[in-house]
Amino acid sequence: MIHNLIMRRGVHPDASKNTSELPTIRLESFAKVQIPMSMHIGAPCAPCASVGDQVSVGQKIGDSPAFMSAPIHASISGKVTAVKKVVSSSGSSVEVVEIESDGLNTIHDSVKPPVIESRADFIKAIRESGLVGLGGASFPTHVKMSPPPGKEPDILVINAAECEPFITADYRHILEHADEIIEGIISTMNWLGIPKTVIGIEDNKKDAAGLLRFQIGKSGASDSIRVKLLKTIYPQGAEKPLIFNTTGRKVPTGGLPHDVHVMVLNVATVRYVARYLKTGMPLVRKHLTIDGSAVARPCNVTAPIGSFIMDIVDQIGGVKQSPAKVIMGGPMMGVAMDRDNVGILKANNAILLFDANDAAIPEESPCIRCSKCIDVCPMNLMPTGIDAAARAKDLEDLVRFNTMDCIECGCCSYICPAKRYLVQGIRMGKQLLRDSEAKKKAAVKGEQ
Amino acid sequence: MNLKVSSSPHIRAFGTTGRVMLNVIAALIPALGVSTYFFGLRVLVVVSVTIASCVIFEYISRKIMKRDNTITDLSAVVTGLLLAFTLSPATPLWICVLGAFVAIVVAKQMFGGIGNNFVNPAILARIVLAVSFPVQIGSWKIASAPGAALSNFADSVSGADLISSATPLGMLASGSTELPTYLELFLGNRAGSLGEVSVIALLLGGIYLIARGLIKIWIPISFCIGTVIIVLLSGGDPMYHLISGGLILGAFFMATDYVTSPLTNPGKIIFGLGCGLITGLIRIYGNLPEGVAFSILIMNIVTPHIDKLTIPVPFGGGKKHAKQKA
Repeated sequence: MIHNLIMRRGVHPDASKNTSELPTIRLESFAKVQIPMSMHIGAPCAPCASVGDQVSVGQKIGDSPAFMSAPIHASISGKVTAVKKVVSSSGSSVEVVEIESDGLNTIHDSVKPPVIESRADFIKAIRESGLVGLGGASFPTHVKMSPPPGKEPDILVINAAECEPFITADYRHILEHADEIIEGIISTMNWLGIPKTVIGIEDNKKDAAGLLRFQIGKSGASDSIRVKLLKTIYPQGAEKPLIFNTTGRKVPTGGLPHDVHVMVLNVATVRYVARYLKTGMPLVRKHLTIDGSAVARPCNVTAPIGSFIMDIVDQIGGVKQSPAKVIMGGPMMGVAMDRDNVGILKANNAILLFDANDAAIPEESPCIRCSKCIDVCPMNLMPTGIDAAARAKDLEDLVRFNTMDCIECGCCSYICPAKRYLVQGIRMGKQLLRDSEAKKKAAVKGEQ
Repeated sequence: MNLKVSSSPHIRAFGTTGRVMLNVIAALIPALGVSTYFFGLRVLVVVSVTIASCVIFEYISRKIMKRDNTITDLSAVVTGLLLAFTLSPATPLWICVLGAFVAIVVAKQMFGGIGNNFVNPAILARIVLAVSFPVQIGSWKIASAPGAALSNFADSVSGADLISSATPLGMLASGSTELPTYLELFLGNRAGSLGEVSVIALLLGGIYLIARGLIKIWIPISFCIGTVIIVLLSGGDPMYHLISGGLILGAFFMATDYVTSPLTNPGKIIFGLGCGLITGLIRIYGNLPEGVAFSILIMNIVTPHIDKLTIPVPFGGGKKHAKQKA
């Protein structure tokens, strides 16, 4: 089967799932949180709380009239001490709301289970919950649930692959909340009229898969929900390969899952759907794995969104040594931060602190054309060719090598014996193509 | 607070270019051992001279060009070893040094060093030497008796105890009836370049590289198939052609050179077939008894074009299948 050909592509980094056996620790008391107004793909929110306001948990503090956006809620109760613009780690400017805790964690009056009588009510409720894709992409969930006409999904794919090293947040989520995960899936299927669901999970998490199967049986949904074990290989959880490996459908280049009538939700996302329907508490806390060689006691925590990285680490036993690299996300696709005093985001599933040894950046040497990057590429691209074209700023070659198909999973850079920064080169190439596209558009506009 | 910021991924696999080269060297050791057994210590003298001069030329040229030193990646050692493998054990040492100069300075460093050369350095050096010094390069030898070459130290080092003999392909070309047996060809008791003689030792090394995932089977297999096709069409003995001459050495160790062979698997198959067909044509219809080196050189030159023709179709169909945006 061609099926298997794709599944084999990828890499096998050391799993480092050090925290898989540790129950999630709930962290409550934070003196201060800093909540960015843009934690999702789409339009940033405008703050709707001002300095001096008293806010409580679950109260909306940011929203946007744009469809492609998701509201933001206070994650602790207390006083708003600042609404200001800061420069994010990526260099862009982002507005943040800072809240100083009153230590009470009072819950806001607006927090009550939503009344849902129709599909439209359901999607509206999901929007109000502030839910975004929790797997890392942070795509607003209500947008995903509103596909264009004719693209309605006939299958729901639940991403429980968790293929990134270190991260066990989803795994713990399944072990601790399998019942709510299945509830969330059933509600989503019912309200959106999706007849079938397949949960994709890597075969190194058989116990979690078993638990999910048990809960499916208990809920009487065995006919419509299926658990599919997938080979343990990075990036098994990447959206396009995952859709193929669970449904056999191929998302076309430049397309979205709804082009093949599939909706993909992360396992944590559906659990929050169930939570919100039951309690009405919007997305104000996040499960995440804290790990890395500089962390004294790696573990899984749930913490208020916006709580500072180092505050979280201090509460679970601090650092072994001062970190040399702070990564938001996993080691393969996470973002290295230029500071450690930033708040955690909705879609954060891990914070990794690396010591100087792990943070060392390998020296790059010339490509020896060993073709390993091509062998491991899950998108069947030619990373070394794209990288060379990007460095030479050769737009024609960038198009020829299908640069925009890259999902930036990092397999090519990971495997490269010459230690080339292939993903970095490819990102550069994508930017060159976007710039030239924008220039072309501007030129066309100018002529009109 | 001084945090490192870099593009993901933040972890890297263990392998390095140097380790790849080390594995190639390890894979060539069995053939070197068998060669030393048959031809004597002279083999080690030739190998040491080519390796040492390759490394020194690499060091000097990088210095002169004010570039980073690259001798630690061991690629110069591999080139030196492979160059020696293509030479007769009786080759004068000054010719070995000249070969190393052509390989490292002309073929490799003048084009930018490792990764940037478009022809295989050892192959180009071998061809330049063969064309420039046909007499010295073509003085093929054989051991007076298997293993005998090791008995007298001085003779063994100088190679004085070796006796002249035609190579198996030479005998075939001249119509000789006293051809070596398959077994002799497999083990390596025959005249020829010092590294090409033992098919069994070369296969051992080749299988090691394939098992370690360092080379793929496509080039060696299609190389052999290409040659067999031509030999069969001309009514020759395909087995004899496969195990004599430099075919196994070329197919497993020279044509598979990463830098000068295509990137994708279909590309590798085209490349290997091309090498095999040209080798067969030269051997059967050409003026030379052997064509492995020329075939690889020609296909090296075609490699960039093969690469352009074999860009893989991405998962999802690529831009041709892309959703048309209104």
